[in-house]
Amino acid sequence: MILRNLSGLKIAVALCCVLALTACSKKNTPNLEASNAGLGAGASSPGSEADFATNVGDRIYFVVDQADLTPEAEEILSKQAAWLQKYPGVSIQVEGHSDERGTREYNIALSARRATAEREFLIAQGVEANRISSIAYGKERPAALCDAEQCWTQNRRAVTVITGGARTS
Amino acid sequence: MPNFARLATRRNFLLGLSLLMLALTPRVSFALDVDVSGGRINPLPIAITPFLAGGGAEEAGATLNEVISNNLGRSGYFEPLPQNSFIEQITDFNQEPRFADWRQIQAKALVTGQVYVDGGKIRVEFKLFDVNSQQQIAAQQFSTSPKNLRRIGHLASDVIYKALTGIDGYFDTRIVFVDETGPKDRRVKKLAVMDQDGFNVRTLTDGSELVVTPRFSPNSQEITYMSIGQGTPRVYLFNIETRQKEIVGEFANMSFAPRYSPDGQRVIMSLLTTDGRNSNIYEMDLRSRQLRQLTNTPAINTGPSYAPDGSQITFESDRGGTQQIYVMGVDGSGQNRISFGNGRYSTPVWSPDGQYIAFTKQAGGRFAIGVMKPDGSGERILTEGYHNEGPTWAPNGRVLMFFRDTPGENGGPQLYSVDITGYNEQQVQTPGFSSDPAWSPRLN
Repeated sequence: MILRNLSGLKIAVALCCVLALTACSKKNTPNLEASNAGLGAGASSPGSEADFATNVGDRIYFVVDQADLTPEAEEILSKQAAWLQKYPGVSIQVEGHSDERGTREYNIALSARRATAEREFLIAQGVEANRISSIAYGKERPAALCDAEQCWTQNRRAVTVITGGARTS
Repeated sequence: MPNFARLATRRNFLLGLSLLMLALTPRVSFALDVDVSGGRINPLPIAITPFLAGGGAEEAGATLNEVISNNLGRSGYFEPLPQNSFIEQITDFNQEPRFADWRQIQAKALVTGQVYVDGGKIRVEFKLFDVNSQQQIAAQQFSTSPKNLRRIGHLASDVIYKALTGIDGYFDTRIVFVDETGPKDRRVKKLAVMDQDGFNVRTLTDGSELVVTPRFSPNSQEITYMSIGQGTPRVYLFNIETRQKEIVGEFANMSFAPRYSPDGQRVIMSLLTTDGRNSNIYEMDLRSRQLRQLTNTPAINTGPSYAPDGSQITFESDRGGTQQIYVMGVDGSGQNRISFGNGRYSTPVWSPDGQYIAFTKQAGGRFAIGVMKPDGSGERILTEGYHNEGPTWAPNGRVLMFFRDTPGENGGPQLYSVDITGYNEQQVQTPGFSSDPAWSPRLN
């Protein structure tokens, strides 16, 4: 998902794999999904997407029908903010999402609220507003597909996607 | 259990009904059999005889027969009798049928017809008879290009339906919906239109953007919908004939949940507030492109739908804490909540005859489709299950379509229709998974 919006970066990653031949296998995996679980061993040089995914965490979760930030969410976002301030050239898009156990239009609006909640927190932590765009996906892009609360929980999320300026190694 | 007593007082239907005659035929009383206590309609047995055809029109005759039988049977109000039960074989369209033969197989109504090729055109004629009174009660002729054959079947079905029920038919209509393909976490969504019987499916967009909630304009050649693609998600207008799309407004913030006004001159929709927290309902005049704000609350206000006379709007709002249904004047005045049952109410849609508001209701992890009167009374659930959502009305107000989703990785949404009484639920066949159906007005 992170590679989807970054055609420039995708090319840079491919070049990296041609040249370096070694620890690029993880980056070359299609549908690279950064998650808070991290990617394990592999190159994650400071300021890269992998660094962000592995060491910071790219997503936060919400209570059903809510857009309030939980304490856990604020902790992750604080780390994101710190990382973004360390690498001031990086721009991001915040994606808001909702679970499928709701109706179409309301979920679009609710997911927008969630994206806004994250964006405002990051701004309050000192990240410049013009580095952060946001988009609402409603229930259209679930991350987990099982029919149970444990999956719906994973879908009520806001995901921070790097859109430019990260190190490409 | 549907409240049949209330239905019985509505517009003469189903109990003691009278026929609509087409010009020049004598007035006849006709009753559709109804079991009042059960609330269930006993379908009227109707014999649709093979249309007489010659000179290359045989296949056309078979198609017409199939279209009409399928339409009338699927409505739940008619039972097309099997052709192999017919005693009389109609061989001359101009000769009076042997009504005794039709009474013997319990047919209450009889349709005869003929179809022939004339130059480059196809000509169709049919007659509808009341078997008991032995009267012809309707007849019509059509002359058109062969590619319109199925439409003739739909028009004929509408004539027959109205003659026997007193209510306008709904068969000469289309559905716009979202065709879904691909894995559940990465669905490809495309706008699609089809005839209400599932034929002539055409996709209109290429799937490169997520498209949701398409709705027809009253003139049926234009659709409004919302797209999540590159840039700000927003509302578009799409011309079905030219395949051209345009944005409905240069809004910095997300626009969504669009619908046309009954006169087709305006589009109503939600706009995300500048602070990104809430959504209000706005109306845009399509000629002047002037925007008018109708709600102004720190809430999610969405799903707006006009009353058919254009004087009121129903919408959903979480201003009270959870999604509930509200009604307001078309100028935004007098915003009153009308849903008070146990659950969350959303996706309200006003019926074409103004009598009901249909909705999605969530309670206890279940999703239901229901109707209520515009004052909030008389709530009735039509179907309930794991996930039912997004009702749309047939133009005669007797049938609703919605989508039903199934859980898990391999699950997906399908379209269903159901009668206003809650009976006769039918799946609507589509090429793949489908969602967000919206019914067109009558095409004629």
